[in-house]
Amino acid sequence: MQTEFSKEQNLLRDIVSRALRDKSPVTAVRESMATNRGYDPVVWQELCGDAGLAGVHLPEVHGGAGGGAAELGIVAEEMGRTLFCGPWFASAVMAGTALIEAADEEDRGALLPGVADGSTIATLVLDDLNDPAGVGGSISSAADGKLSGTAAMVLDAHVADLLLVVASGAGGLGLHAVESGASGLTIEPLQVVDSTRKLSRVALADVPGRCVGEVSGDALNRIWDRICSALAHEIIGGAQHLFETTVNYTKERFQFGRPIGSFQALKHRCADLLLEIEIARALTHHSARCLDAGAGEPWAASMAKAAAADACMSAARAGIQLRGGIGFTWENDTHLWFKRAKGSEVLFGTPAIHRERMMTMLEGAA
Amino acid sequence: MTPDRIRSEVSAWLDANWRVDRPLIEWRNILLEGGWAAPHWPEEWYGRGFTLDQTAVVAEVFRERDAVPAAQVGPRGLASETILACGSDDQKRRFLRPILTGEHTWCQLFSEPGSGSDLAGLSTRAELKDGKWIINGQKVWNTSAHHADFGLLVARSDWDVPKHQGISYFLLDMRQPGVEARPLRQMNGHQSFNEVFMTNAVVPPEDLIGGEGNGWHVAKTTLSFERRGFSRRVRGSSIDGAKQGPIYEEYEEELRIAAEPYTWYPQREGRVDLVLPRARETGTIADPATRQEIAKLICLYTGARLASDSAEASRKAGTTEIIPAGSIGKLAASVIARQASHVHTMISRADAMLSGPDSAADGIIAEVLVSVPAISIAGGTDEIQRNIISERVLGMPKGYRADQGPFRDIKRNA
Repeated sequence: MQTEFSKEQNLLRDIVSRALRDKSPVTAVRESMATNRGYDPVVWQELCGDAGLAGVHLPEVHGGAGGGAAELGIVAEEMGRTLFCGPWFASAVMAGTALIEAADEEDRGALLPGVADGSTIATLVLDDLNDPAGVGGSISSAADGKLSGTAAMVLDAHVADLLLVVASGAGGLGLHAVESGASGLTIEPLQVVDSTRKLSRVALADVPGRCVGEVSGDALNRIWDRICSALAHEIIGGAQHLFETTVNYTKERFQFGRPIGSFQALKHRCADLLLEIEIARALTHHSARCLDAGAGEPWAASMAKAAAADACMSAARAGIQLRGGIGFTWENDTHLWFKRAKGSEVLFGTPAIHRERMMTMLEGAA
Repeated sequence: MTPDRIRSEVSAWLDANWRVDRPLIEWRNILLEGGWAAPHWPEEWYGRGFTLDQTAVVAEVFRERDAVPAAQVGPRGLASETILACGSDDQKRRFLRPILTGEHTWCQLFSEPGSGSDLAGLSTRAELKDGKWIINGQKVWNTSAHHADFGLLVARSDWDVPKHQGISYFLLDMRQPGVEARPLRQMNGHQSFNEVFMTNAVVPPEDLIGGEGNGWHVAKTTLSFERRGFSRRVRGSSIDGAKQGPIYEEYEEELRIAAEPYTWYPQREGRVDLVLPRARETGTIADPATRQEIAKLICLYTGARLASDSAEASRKAGTTEIIPAGSIGKLAASVIARQASHVHTMISRADAMLSGPDSAADGIIAEVLVSVPAISIAGGTDEIQRNIISERVLGMPKGYRADQGPFRDIKRNA
């Protein structure tokens, strides 16, 4: 299995990093997060339509770049580093992955090109965001294909053209395509901690949808693993941003006649953080390589999600604490990354849920 | 020279010279003359100027043939590398051969009761009287000192200059009346180290190495070899299986003595390998709180291994500058060992009160619990590693120092 990034992958990272720094500086993030829509359509077109960032992991026949979990992870990591504000994770990562893993060939051909070039904003509607075992408990499909039930939290549903709903039916779980204007569909934006990631409550009352594929238990776990691996990358990108800016701050801030970074209390905290982030980053990159190789530990994505989320929260706490009072102000940017860290910590399973999931797999394999 | 070429040359030489019925020292002298004792050394000193990778090929062939190599185990490896790097030709002539043949054993006399992390704050005295160096002071944590013939000694020869500049480095004859080694018992019951007391011990001027006042530079050379594992080539050099022949008996005895201080080292690393088997055996694998802690341990262990592999790959590819990756790895080992000890305690529950044959895994788990505290101290404490990481990796500013100026004026332990 690969243990290092290839030249092409490093080049991809450089391109993505430059594009995001250019198109999505923190001033732009602040502007977008203050709007109801939550993203800038011009920037969306530039990043997805022109630069192809939504299709990096999608098959070339469907308009994507044909990359794997590693390439998706590289984009996600840079997105997390710059705190990109927009429906990229919902559309490219969540909906894109669900279509690849569960949709029939014909529907993939019909739906993926729009996701790949950003002309379609899609999202994945799951009625449980904690544990794949709970999915399908609240939304069901009737014999006539109509969907009913509620998803308490759906990413970027308020701007989605296409909702891919996982619902339980007579034959098990299915993936259903629902258009944004469908009758019986109610999308109610929710007040959120992290304004850079918009959430809505989605209620379905006999909503007409089209079943695009079955979702077996294995497929649901594959979808979950791929989303969690990408999310771990996004988280670790945020952790690195928090860590680097915090270390830099300790070199510039003077108290008692010396830079505060010369005090061991801060140095040792930073050294411990570096270790925690390095370990989580290694697990995160490993999770993508395992998915791409179809090898390694089956629980690699859970290890990555648990470790990255914990490391990022450590970095976020230190980011506030080491800045002192200024770090607790709205004006300072640290809280934006802190709130994303908190949201990502619990999205698709808390670290504790992932550790339990990993132990269940590990004992199943023994 | 290519690996294949090295393999065939070593094989041919062993065909002609290797015999199991030679006395050990005689064989090692033949090995030295043949140039296969230390192939990474220069040709004028028993070597062939090989790279470490080429030297590893030689060692591999020796292992395959069950041929006994030169004496490299324990602190004598540090001595020979230090003398080779910093010694005079006269010192190399006198000391290198008996190290490689195994006739002489060595120990390291660095740490003191009053200077642990702050090695350069040492206060053992070296005074030049009537043309000889007279040594007074105490050292501690000296592996093998109770049977060593010589010691690598750092002592203060000038108290009126800043601390790093007043240190000299000596090759001390341990077999003299002024030197006494006493075993030091550790909290885990083992006696892996000694304290060494020097009372008017004598060093002839020709056994000063690297020049007067240059001891810190020489000490850093020794420490760099120690970090690269030259003192721990114990396990890898053992001969597999019960080999027949007189030379193996002598060799096994040498290895046994050298390895004895390290028998508990796997336990101080936490014995991660025993966690899942013990959790299954005791049924605690079903306990949700224990499962969480086991999962954290597996994440730490797996992630640290992956990070270390990746750092190694970047180093080989030359894509990153040389950073003290060792400090990060050492800190990771401490965190892993502590978490493993914590998990072993959760698994053992009240049985963790027991020790020895009455306890789990014939005392191994009990030994883990009382040995893990060593890993965050030995070879540089966690706190020192964090200083190194924050200053050299993260570029954080150095702190205020209270040890500038002449050493005589610096506050130190009574």
